[in-house]
Amino acid sequence: MTEKTVLNATHRALGARMVDFGGWDMPINYGSQIEEHHAVRRDAGMFDVSHMTVIDLHGARTREFLRHLLANSVDKLKVQGKALYSCMLNENGGVIDDLIVYLFDEQHFRLVVNAGTRAKDLAWIERQAKTFDVEVKERPEFAMIAVQGPNARAKVLGLLHEVDRARIEKLGKFAAAAAQGPHGMPLFIARTGYTGEDGFEIILPAEHAVAWWEALAAAGVAPAGLGARDTLRLEAGMNLYGQDMDETVSPWEANLGWTIALDEGRNFIGRAALEKQKAEGVKRVMVGLVLDEKGVLRHEQKVLTANGEGEILSGSFAPTLNKAVAFARIPAGEPGDVRVDIRGREVPVRVVKYPFVRDGKPQEGI
Amino acid sequence: MSEIPGDLKFNKSHEWARVEDDGNIRVGISDHAQSALGDLVYVELPEIGANVQAGHGVAVVESVKAASDIYSPISGEVLAVNELLNDSPETINEDAYEAGWIFLVKPSNKAEMDELLDADAYAELIENEDH
Repeated sequence: MTEKTVLNATHRALGARMVDFGGWDMPINYGSQIEEHHAVRRDAGMFDVSHMTVIDLHGARTREFLRHLLANSVDKLKVQGKALYSCMLNENGGVIDDLIVYLFDEQHFRLVVNAGTRAKDLAWIERQAKTFDVEVKERPEFAMIAVQGPNARAKVLGLLHEVDRARIEKLGKFAAAAAQGPHGMPLFIARTGYTGEDGFEIILPAEHAVAWWEALAAAGVAPAGLGARDTLRLEAGMNLYGQDMDETVSPWEANLGWTIALDEGRNFIGRAALEKQKAEGVKRVMVGLVLDEKGVLRHEQKVLTANGEGEILSGSFAPTLNKAVAFARIPAGEPGDVRVDIRGREVPVRVVKYPFVRDGKPQEGI
Repeated sequence: MSEIPGDLKFNKSHEWARVEDDGNIRVGISDHAQSALGDLVYVELPEIGANVQAGHGVAVVESVKAASDIYSPISGEVLAVNELLNDSPETINEDAYEAGWIFLVKPSNKAEMDELLDADAYAELIENEDH
């Protein structure tokens, strides 16, 4: 049984090509995926991400619980509305999921986790929460729309109630606040995203989602599908759970070391395994690849290096760069001349530092 | 979706074939196929002079989403390829049945054309696929 977001009929009326995405019937594009990609890089686009799972945590010991649950340190969240990206690990240091956690108040935090991992995440979180007496409450009554691009914030601000505009305009990156949209609809607005552009991710009651979407469209925000979302996040150097990392991969091997907080005395799940792996030396690393020749790098293509074989994780044609880029996991060490096996042909690629694109511009050396 | 030209014959795998005035056969992919693939970004063309077999993979089209083999509807020698696609693969998205042709074959066995679907049968095939 495929699940549908509250915007399903809206997508179909716009002529979207729909696909099954982790059990959800979602728009892959509304015509041209490449045009939708450019709309986000150059102006403003919106994505229905209502399939993502919102979980509220309540209880006096919620912060203490999150210190235990998450590999990043929830103690970085000091003021109301602040957000943090983190991995949630198993005891072996493998990634169960990546997520964003928001601080509401000391009794209330919010998690936004992936749709494809919803059931296992909820089971894991509920199991761990018991000893901390924390209530775990899924919020399926919410929809979520991401508005991204250099003009995204201005277009959203124009739709907010006058009294909220100045405050939301000043919202810093990775911070969130409540505001009123058209007809007083309650919006939870976060300055976060998954495209490498500025913008907002907005959580709202599902019954207002269609009106909010239509107001955004009238303000000149272009509908964009999950296809464009994937090429935008790849160019921006952001991992996709299930493709770039999973439970068999540690954050060290997924270029997520920056999200690991080894703060003193905090015994989070997976910490011992991570420290052991680091002490013994991490054997696989994640790198960026650029293909200067014609062709497209794809998931599961074989990568040949001086130290042995690796594999492409996320790979695609990158519309901003007009060539193919990829993430690959390869053996650690100086890789030498790297090649990718494309349908039996060994094609040379360059190993590069990513992000490939930031704030609409190709990065140097890409 | 644009109308399917009546002078075309089709593979079940969505390639079209058109008999030209000189008896050679032009090959491309259907409008339905380009729409399903999405924006095309790369086309690997066959070599001119190559001998191709009906039903065998001879070219590759890649969209942002996926790579897809192109199977020749007809056996014979490749006389020409659409060089325009090297720089503008999106031509197939824009005009699958005319400017977006892929290669031209001098057929070795014209009877193979009779085994292909006509426009009506192909329309029925994609109609059923959509349900």
